Amino acid sequence: MSKMYLNRSLAVGALSAGLAFVVGCERPPVDTEQKGYRGTGMEEVTNPRIKEAEADLHIAPDPADPVSDEGPRAGEVYQNVEVLTDLSVPEFLRLMQSMTDWVAPDVGCTYCHDGNDFASDDLYTYDVSRQMIEMNQYVNANWETHMDDTGVTCYTCHRGENLPEESWFAEAEAGEEVLAMGLGNRMMQNKPTDKVSWSSLPRNGFDRFLLGHDDLRVEGDTILPNLDEWDVSIQDTEASYGLMMHMSDATGSNCTTCHNTGRLGQWDESPEEREISWHGIRMTRDLNVNWIEPLEADHPEARLGPTGDIAKVNCATCHYGEQLPLEGTKMVQDYPGLIGEPDEDFDFLQFGDLGTDGLRDRNSE
Amino acid sequence: MAMLDFEKKYRVRGGTLLGGDLFDFWVGPFYVGIFGVLTAIFAALGTALIIYGASQDTFNVWQISIAPPDLSYGLALAPLNEGGLWQIITMCALGAFITWALRQAEISKKLGMGYHVPVAFGVAILAYATLVVFRPLLMGAWGHGFPYGILSHLDWVSNVGYQFLHFHYNPAHMLAVTFFFTTTLALALHGGLILSVTNPKKGEAVKTAEHENTFFRDIIGYSIGSLGIHRLGLFLALNAGFWSAVCIIISGPFWTRGWPEWWTWWLNVPIWTWGG
Repeated sequence: MSKMYLNRSLAVGALSAGLAFVVGCERPPVDTEQKGYRGTGMEEVTNPRIKEAEADLHIAPDPADPVSDEGPRAGEVYQNVEVLTDLSVPEFLRLMQSMTDWVAPDVGCTYCHDGNDFASDDLYTYDVSRQMIEMNQYVNANWETHMDDTGVTCYTCHRGENLPEESWFAEAEAGEEVLAMGLGNRMMQNKPTDKVSWSSLPRNGFDRFLLGHDDLRVEGDTILPNLDEWDVSIQDTEASYGLMMHMSDATGSNCTTCHNTGRLGQWDESPEEREISWHGIRMTRDLNVNWIEPLEADHPEARLGPTGDIAKVNCATCHYGEQLPLEGTKMVQDYPGLIGEPDEDFDFLQFGDLGTDGLRDRNSE
Repeated sequence: MAMLDFEKKYRVRGGTLLGGDLFDFWVGPFYVGIFGVLTAIFAALGTALIIYGASQDTFNVWQISIAPPDLSYGLALAPLNEGGLWQIITMCALGAFITWALRQAEISKKLGMGYHVPVAFGVAILAYATLVVFRPLLMGAWGHGFPYGILSHLDWVSNVGYQFLHFHYNPAHMLAVTFFFTTTLALALHGGLILSVTNPKKGEAVKTAEHENTFFRDIIGYSIGSLGIHRLGLFLALNAGFWSAVCIIISGPFWTRGWPEWWTWWLNVPIWTWGG
């Protein structure tokens, strides 16, 4: 009898385990791409069926038909134009129309403009758009270390939505000591969120690394720990790791895309993707501190997060799970109005590495 | 080599797996048999190829590495120095392991005992074959196998784990690790117990199974018994190997994202939204 009972429990156990597995999993065949020397296990592993299901999100819209660059400039013809003054009138209108398609296809022009007076800046979205165009011009002109000549347009982040679907707010409990029964301070951990790819790692990594400029490097350069010179806590390490999880998830890749993980910190064993990502972290700080946060005051409360902060940029904001956003389409090449002049003082080391002059409001830290 | 007094009784020709008495002999205390001969051939050839492979690169024992082919070769054969060696050595290894298991089965048959030993070893072979045959087949390239080298195989383990962001969230990995640790715990408890009862105080007699049972009933309220502990040990050890095989074969063929994300099925169970 007891044997029968045992068999039955085993069968039920196996069935439920099998069911959980089938419900939760994918199936072969999968796509793989080798990233390192053979046998090192540095590989991209992707599911072509998931890619295909998301294909619409990743296809860039066709560029609007080219128009004449002749005739008077937009700044001469229209009132209250500050940032696109040098475009020809047809090119100016073409970009306006494209921006509407990219950001506010449902509402149309009146998402930013007063319908009775297009020159009016009464709507807060008018000024925000202006700042965003400037941001586009600035990013496209200065951040080639991260983007090469691919560049960004409004569509890279907005994808037809008023607010980019991928963005982040500070956590409501940020900075508080939240005690879990018997476990002490939760240290922002153990709550599932896509901020850390559903792991138990701390959820405030974006605040520390993409808004602040905490050092991400946690690996010491001596074989044995040397706490006098390298005092990095477990929490620091986990926060770093949490951001890495986000970066992998946001770019549809994994740790081996940028690292030979046996020696995570070694630059000479890392693929070039690591250098590109390193610049991406600085670029994101730049965007959040110098371009996004200054707009916080303009925004109505409904658009702000639980702590009253504006929605900010992380890797997913542009990448949407792809290593090359929009499959690497160089959309901006068709919109010269969105490419600005390079800033002579621009220095990517001034975003937290050799100084913070690049971070407008955070120089004191 | 001297023979134990009862050993002669068991050293009887015949009763082989395949029938007949080809190679049905002993070398010293060791039974050979047709499968013993095959094991020796596979092992010698494989080892010689590893040494040849090392000669192409380095004889530093830490750095010797026989790496599988580039993924671009898919499931085809690769040139010798570009992964072909790995492919032949893998065949030799599997040949040696499987014929060794068959030799164990043959010895079991000749002795008229159960096949627990070859079955147990078979689980270890299954785990190895999962790594270098089944998973590469499912993922479409031999290059997914691990390299044969002391340090290089550790690099592979590290990187393959990190392909899935955080391997500790792999449910089968959790089971495998737990079984591995529990195996060692059970073995430590059992080994300690046996050493204790067989090494009594000077002047005292060796203790019996009743003492063993009494000790564990006193300390944890239950004794699994002297036969049971071996069944438990087998169960734990085989599960460790089996779930290791499961945890790697699901990584890639049946899951391509970070393992932490797999657990979102739990967040999606409708119990969280019932009642609004």
